[in-house]
Amino acid sequence: MGMMERIATDLAASARVNEFLTFRLAGEEYGIDILKVQEIRGYDAVTRIASAPAFLKGVMNLRGVIVPIVDLRLKFALGEARYDSFTVVIILNVAGRVVGAVVDSVSDVLELEEKQIKPAPEFNSLLDAGYITGLGTVQSGEGERLLILVDIERLMSSPDMGLLERAAA
Amino acid sequence: MGEISNQGLNQDGFDLTQFYGVFFEEARENLANMESMLLDIDVARPTDEELNAIFRVAHSIKGGAATFGFSDVAALTHELETLLDRLRRHELSLKRSMVDLLLEAGDVVKAQLARYQGRTEDSPPTDSLIERIRRLASGQDDVQNAPPGARCLDIRIGPLKEAAAADGLIELFRDIPSLGSIEALDAGQLSADAHRRFKVTTTSPDAELIELFSFHVAREQVRIADFDGAGEPSADGASRTAQAVAAKPPGAEGDGFGFFVDPKTLPQAAAGKEGPASADADAARRAEGRAKTDKSAAGGPESTTLRVAIEKVDQLINLVGELVITQAMLTQQAKDLDAVQFSSLLGGISDLERSSRHLQETVMSIRMIPMSFVFNRFPRMLRDLAARLGKEIDLKLVGEATELDKGLIEKIIDPLTHLVRNSADHGIETPARRLAAGKLPHGTITLSAAHQGGSILIEVRDDGQGLRRERILQKARERGLQVRDDMSDSEVWALIWEPGFSTADQISDVSGRGVGMDVVRKNITALNGTVELDSAEGYGTRVTIRLPLTLAIMDGMSIGVGGETYILPLASVVESFQVMPGMVQTVGATGRVVKVREEFMPVIALDDVFRVPRQDGERAPEIMMIVEAEGRRVAVLVDELLGQHQVVVKNLEANYRRVPDISGATILGDGRVALIVDTANLVKRARH
Repeated sequence: MGMMERIATDLAASARVNEFLTFRLAGEEYGIDILKVQEIRGYDAVTRIASAPAFLKGVMNLRGVIVPIVDLRLKFALGEARYDSFTVVIILNVAGRVVGAVVDSVSDVLELEEKQIKPAPEFNSLLDAGYITGLGTVQSGEGERLLILVDIERLMSSPDMGLLERAAA
Repeated sequence: MGEISNQGLNQDGFDLTQFYGVFFEEARENLANMESMLLDIDVARPTDEELNAIFRVAHSIKGGAATFGFSDVAALTHELETLLDRLRRHELSLKRSMVDLLLEAGDVVKAQLARYQGRTEDSPPTDSLIERIRRLASGQDDVQNAPPGARCLDIRIGPLKEAAAADGLIELFRDIPSLGSIEALDAGQLSADAHRRFKVTTTSPDAELIELFSFHVAREQVRIADFDGAGEPSADGASRTAQAVAAKPPGAEGDGFGFFVDPKTLPQAAAGKEGPASADADAARRAEGRAKTDKSAAGGPESTTLRVAIEKVDQLINLVGELVITQAMLTQQAKDLDAVQFSSLLGGISDLERSSRHLQETVMSIRMIPMSFVFNRFPRMLRDLAARLGKEIDLKLVGEATELDKGLIEKIIDPLTHLVRNSADHGIETPARRLAAGKLPHGTITLSAAHQGGSILIEVRDDGQGLRRERILQKARERGLQVRDDMSDSEVWALIWEPGFSTADQISDVSGRGVGMDVVRKNITALNGTVELDSAEGYGTRVTIRLPLTLAIMDGMSIGVGGETYILPLASVVESFQVMPGMVQTVGATGRVVKVREEFMPVIALDDVFRVPRQDGERAPEIMMIVEAEGRRVAVLVDELLGQHQVVVKNLEANYRRVPDISGATILGDGRVALIVDTANLVKRARH
């Protein structure tokens, strides 16, 4: 009995721990829900789409599926949009669609407990505060790292991403 | 492009049997669906949806059977349809007895189909079944389910080792008074072939008797026949009962019992075993399981095709795509290797290339079927229809080679069949009326298929009498629909798609119950397609089905524009030629035209349309392609022609959105995505 209860409590505790994939954009570190991430792959063979905004790099063939690729660096005017063999694309599964996001680099997979996540204060940033779900703190060596937690699903399906048909429809 | 004239069609040139398999498969699925729906249905409160669905099963089997000339199946399902039609119109209320009878009829249809498939020899008799369905359809009770009066049965038991083995039956009747009475006809002696004979008067059904008798004698030893007072019952119980039934007036005492022997059990009996000569449907169904087992042990001819979930095929297609890309990469990498030193590696790579190309072609071909697969059913169907309706109808087929995804093909068969049947039945007039109207005596139905823009366009067109506006409005009022006299034509035509709407004056077994049109629309909407109807009284009707290209193969021309590759649908490319200086002239400030064979065409530069980045000093576009869409032509300026190949059309909307001037995308041999140009849009663009 005691054992069972302990397992149950452990399970409940682990449910409260969220796993995040962290990536870097212009020196800042962002975290997104790992469950939204399908895979990570190199940036290669993207076909340009004429009428699309600049941050939409085009479409890519992912094992027979045609996937739009968004460069978050261009979208938020962060960093330098360089494309080489180190450029990575995070393939996301959001709102029933497969979408790729280009970032500077993917750094880690982290577990954060709820107490490590603080609400984000109101501030002026390139990224609309509405998409930020909180700020996480991670111990790294001596100091602490700041992790900006993003609701990637809302961000990707937002109207100004223009990924979805008329957004609302 | 081909034209098949219905009149000149000879039977030999046309192998209808290739479609039998599809029909049998569909019918089997349909029957299985009907059975499960009937089993689930709440007799007291059946929903319209359920009744309509069951009705449609009967309707579509009837349609198919009529097409292939399986007249007994068509006759039986026609009766079912009549009954179900009254049920779904709420002219009759559903009763348990109807459900039973429908299930029974489903079994008989199965048996009839089994016979056409050559699995059994005999066809079950249907006269009395049809009679019973008619009685129910006319609102009377089913005789079988009315409390049956006592039946007089001739029961033979054997072969037995000793006569006393059957005495248990006499005890049985003594123990269960409600069972009726039994009388030995043989004074307790075995006959020459070791059988005992009894005369039984009972109200219990055969199955129950057999069940009870099985306590004393083996089930297979029991033979039940109606007692006719004559001497020896015939040795072949099955055929004797069948004859008895055929000869018996409907509703007679004992009618309907004991003759629904599933023919699947017959070979068993014929094989010399003492099979049940006669049993009711229940017993037959039990026996069916055994018959089936025998069949599979004997390696029956059932599975020449294999049904596989479409997702598996899609997965296969994607995996093969990956394989081909990897192979292309390997080939690329190996190009610079020393041919002598690595001869076996290079040999292996070239083998790999060949087999993976084959593999890809084969896998792709699983899903892709030309429209002729659907169209080829119609010549025969129309020929029969025309003969039956006393009309002369020519069938013209256009674009049969257009390939369509199997999933789409399968789902388009039914709607198209309905539409063609409607055209023949209601559209085309009789020769006399056509002559009177100043038309040729023979009508023409045109079926066409073509890729257009991001869609596949299928048209059913006839030059018949067209729809009558007044008639539709009147019918709509009768059915209680909200209509006004000042509705536009297209609004009036739209009424045709309402459930149960039919303007046919007479119900025929061809069409005319109004099931077609709402089913047509439902099926097509389910495929994300649209259907439109256009009609002019006296001139004909045209129904246009537009289906999205979810996964269709298209012949494409790949073209290069400033380092980018686009695909033009080959069907819309008329010709291409090198641009010579002075060919292109400007009109106004910006418009450019080119003169091709005395015709001026607007020029569209693809690099402008798609804002292709150009480096300085790059060569100017020098190939002009004449593209035709929606009956108009434009000249498209491109850099170079890269080649012509089949492409798998993928839509962009799955993960992204519609893109102007692009109808879809495809994956090239090197794994890159190429966009497919929407030529219909290009032509429109030139117009504005």
